[in-house]
Amino acid sequence: MTAETKYRVIGTRPIRPDGVDKVTGRAVYGADVKLPRMAHAKILRSPHAHARILSIDTARAEAVPGVLAVITARDLPEASGVVEAGEGGAVNMRDASHNILAHGKVLYQGHAVAAVAATSPHIAAEAVRLIDVEYEVLPPVMNVRRAMEPDAPLLHEDLHTDTAGEKSEQPSNIASRHLAEEGDVEQGFAQAAVVIEREFETATVHQGYIEPHATVAEWRADGQLTIWTSTQGAFAVREQCAEILKHPQSEIRVIPTEIGGGFGGKINVYLEPVAAVLSRKTGRPIKITMDRAEVLTGTGPTPGSYIRVKMGADREGRITAAEAFLAYEAGAYPGSAIGAGCLCVFAPYKLKNVRIDGYDVVVNKPKSAAYRAPGATVAEFATETVVDEICRKLGMDPLDFRRLNSAVEGDWKPWGPPYARIGHLECVEAAMASGHWRSPLQKTASAPDGAFRRRGRGVASGYWMNWDGTSSCTGRLNPDGTVSLLEGSTDIGGTRASVAMQFAEEFGVDYAQVRPQVVDTDTIGYTDVTGGSRTTFGTGLAAVELARRMKAEIRDKLAPLWEVEPGAITWNAGVFSADGRQATVPEAAKLLAEHGQHVIVSVTAKGSNASGAFAVHIADVEVDPETGKVDVIRYTAVQDAGRAIHPAYVEGQMQGGVAQGIGWALHEGYWYDEAGRLRNASLLDYRMPTTLDVPNIECIIVEVPNPGHPYGVRGAGEVPIVPPPAAIANAIYDAVGVRLRRLPMTPDRVLEAILASEAEA
Amino acid sequence: MATALLSDKVAVSATVNGEEVDFLCEPRESLLEVLRDRLGLTGAKEGCNNGNCGACCVILDGRLVNSCCVLGVEVQGSTVTTVEGLGSPDGLTPLQQAFLEEAALQCGVCTPGFLVAAQALLDRIPHPTEAEIRWWLAGNLCRCTGYDKIIRAVQKAAGAASA
Amino acid sequence: MAVVHIPAPLRQLTGGESQVTVEGATLRQVVDALEAAHPGIRARLVEGDRLRPGLAVFVDNVQADAGLRTPVKHDSQIYLAPAIAGGTA
Repeated sequence: MTAETKYRVIGTRPIRPDGVDKVTGRAVYGADVKLPRMAHAKILRSPHAHARILSIDTARAEAVPGVLAVITARDLPEASGVVEAGEGGAVNMRDASHNILAHGKVLYQGHAVAAVAATSPHIAAEAVRLIDVEYEVLPPVMNVRRAMEPDAPLLHEDLHTDTAGEKSEQPSNIASRHLAEEGDVEQGFAQAAVVIEREFETATVHQGYIEPHATVAEWRADGQLTIWTSTQGAFAVREQCAEILKHPQSEIRVIPTEIGGGFGGKINVYLEPVAAVLSRKTGRPIKITMDRAEVLTGTGPTPGSYIRVKMGADREGRITAAEAFLAYEAGAYPGSAIGAGCLCVFAPYKLKNVRIDGYDVVVNKPKSAAYRAPGATVAEFATETVVDEICRKLGMDPLDFRRLNSAVEGDWKPWGPPYARIGHLECVEAAMASGHWRSPLQKTASAPDGAFRRRGRGVASGYWMNWDGTSSCTGRLNPDGTVSLLEGSTDIGGTRASVAMQFAEEFGVDYAQVRPQVVDTDTIGYTDVTGGSRTTFGTGLAAVELARRMKAEIRDKLAPLWEVEPGAITWNAGVFSADGRQATVPEAAKLLAEHGQHVIVSVTAKGSNASGAFAVHIADVEVDPETGKVDVIRYTAVQDAGRAIHPAYVEGQMQGGVAQGIGWALHEGYWYDEAGRLRNASLLDYRMPTTLDVPNIECIIVEVPNPGHPYGVRGAGEVPIVPPPAAIANAIYDAVGVRLRRLPMTPDRVLEAILASEAEA
Repeated sequence: MATALLSDKVAVSATVNGEEVDFLCEPRESLLEVLRDRLGLTGAKEGCNNGNCGACCVILDGRLVNSCCVLGVEVQGSTVTTVEGLGSPDGLTPLQQAFLEEAALQCGVCTPGFLVAAQALLDRIPHPTEAEIRWWLAGNLCRCTGYDKIIRAVQKAAGAASA
Repeated sequence: MAVVHIPAPLRQLTGGESQVTVEGATLRQVVDALEAAHPGIRARLVEGDRLRPGLAVFVDNVQADAGLRTPVKHDSQIYLAPAIAGGTA
């Protein structure tokens, strides 16, 4: 369903430039970096969810042969102040520093307490166990609703609830409250023919990147600190390390290695400052990697939540009022994605009477970090299942409901300006026209053992707002007409290709003539993180601007050689012409080189109007009513990508997001015991989808161009994770007539619900 | 003291990617550690270190294994193939080429494990069905792609029609 | 006159009004004008000499990146919003 394009390069599917290295094992990821004299470090982590640190004795660890240094929070400077970490949101660097090495208190099981550097990782791991820490164990707070109660144990004695700049008198575990209101919800509900109010609970879920965090740091005698690390943003690492280490940014060089997945979880630093301090102490490069248990217990998962959604509609199916109460678990320190959750909870709909009340709450779990459309998935899980109930009550087709109530350009948003041009309506219509929606579903199927299964179909909408940010590109014209294109955006999903394609399109050359490289913080201008669905949009924007300026510079340098004014030279379809003379880019490059003329241009572009993206998903499930097991047997994802630069990579984002959403819906969740210890800190029991858990995922790309980008690009990476839990919950209802409102919807919970409904009947 | 250190380590000889190699390793080191840290073959990755993700897959004496669950000392006299041993200086295997053409990788960290596992499958079953492909690759986790394009790449390499 | 859209928690300071019209050529002047009309609101918007870190301000659909110095047109639409983590995949 892509719009007709007049492009040479955009819309094609070339092979990514880093592909060969990645299929031959040559690509260098963080843990692959090796330096001469490199030593290894391991981290000691708290076994307790909530405790005061009374003393730390490192003497026994230091005595182990091969141990080079041991550090604790005492070895980090006292952090202060608030730093914009490049995400558009303020990050409290004191919390970040205390999260990296615990200061006074440990606030979750897995909280880093000390670190040991040794000549081998095995010696470091042995020595870590010989550090003696005396704790005073405190009662843990493991649930958001408990944490909000006035008599709950406090994690921070100095944390007061902030409501739009006003602080509460008493300290609290509620870090902030966000409120958005329009119209009169009471009147709206009074006018409704149907009102549904439901409660939801979702478990903590991890981004699950296959590559654990890995860092190598080298602090040299002249004060120059070099960091190789797996990160979504080299500049974000530099900023955070400069603040935490109180070391000038100009003396820190961050070299981003290839990154094995991030999804938002590799923006905050964990290992880098620790490795840096150990390197300074030992005079050697230090490598630290996390193992999987450390990733699950010691990095930032996405918040668990408690959500209440109430919605009313009239007899024709028009929404008359909508209300949401959302409480997100920020983890040990404030800063969950509650704001984004509030923005997304009712995003697909045109609303007159609405109230959204959101809370950021600390609990004794790891400090949360962003996870692909942070805050949106659980919020829209709640709304999209309530919408499904309303449709059933009214006897209304769920896609008709969404078409009738769809938000469009100019409609209200909880904060900020109204919607710009958006594509929810177009996605709904594409879903209605899809082969999947039009094909009938057999409600009963037989299994090989003669038993039967029930099948059902569900739909859900999703929204994510996308971010623009700042990106830099540098282009160097080579004598053979190729262009070396330097950028600062780490390539997680094929953005070297999508950025090079935009450059090639604008510059009038073939894709193969562009050589993109991802470089370090000393080699490229400021670039915001690869995240927020911004890279193809924002770094592409910079690349397009770069192409325009390089063309202008070629023209300026060609003019004297052709003995004309620069203004007399025109460019069309890759060819410069003036006065009967013509040159393609390679021909111009050769001519310039022969005359000692060089073209190197740098651009730093700040985007605006990144513009939100909508999705509508259709899921067919098969439920075994005897075991509660749910299989997703067919899945179609419809999504507005604005303009698909490289359709295969847009599809890749859609399919990857859907798979994570399926995991979130059916299998994944942190399981804590009474003492606040994580019981499933391994990939055996933190169960992510395998090849057997997802079907082929059909992708329908809708293109409603974003006016804020020269090629109409909208961010595509995040919204696909939003609809799956609701689509699957709605499909389960269609199959077996039960509503699940807790995530994950594991077989035991599905079975419990089926048995309960059978008992009622 | 050199003698005391050396006595901690064991001398091992094996054939890795067609070459005779000799190395020293501590008994507690896994094959994965040996490949990455002693032999410089960093293609195999650590994702979980307990046999649950397949990022460390190699072929040991013709059998697909998770190298994190094999000790370095166990490969004495054995043959090991890693991702670096697929293909040749002349070019990529049909499987590697298919992964590129079908965009079957995003971050690429699981790719070496998938390539080794898929090659082991195609060596055994040259024209697998989709169900067979999914079953065989269920021990390899990917978090980026949702598996769809990986399955299509394996089918392409096998010469089967896309599903 | 620029129109300032007031988020729900601040409406108690504006007598319940969700939109307030003010004169001002910069955000600083707009904040001053708001404070004059509705005392107490400045403390919720400004910390020291800059916009409160938790606050994002949009002037005519674009996020204000010059802080209080951001220029405002005579018919600008100004939105006050929580500074949300930009969203990360």
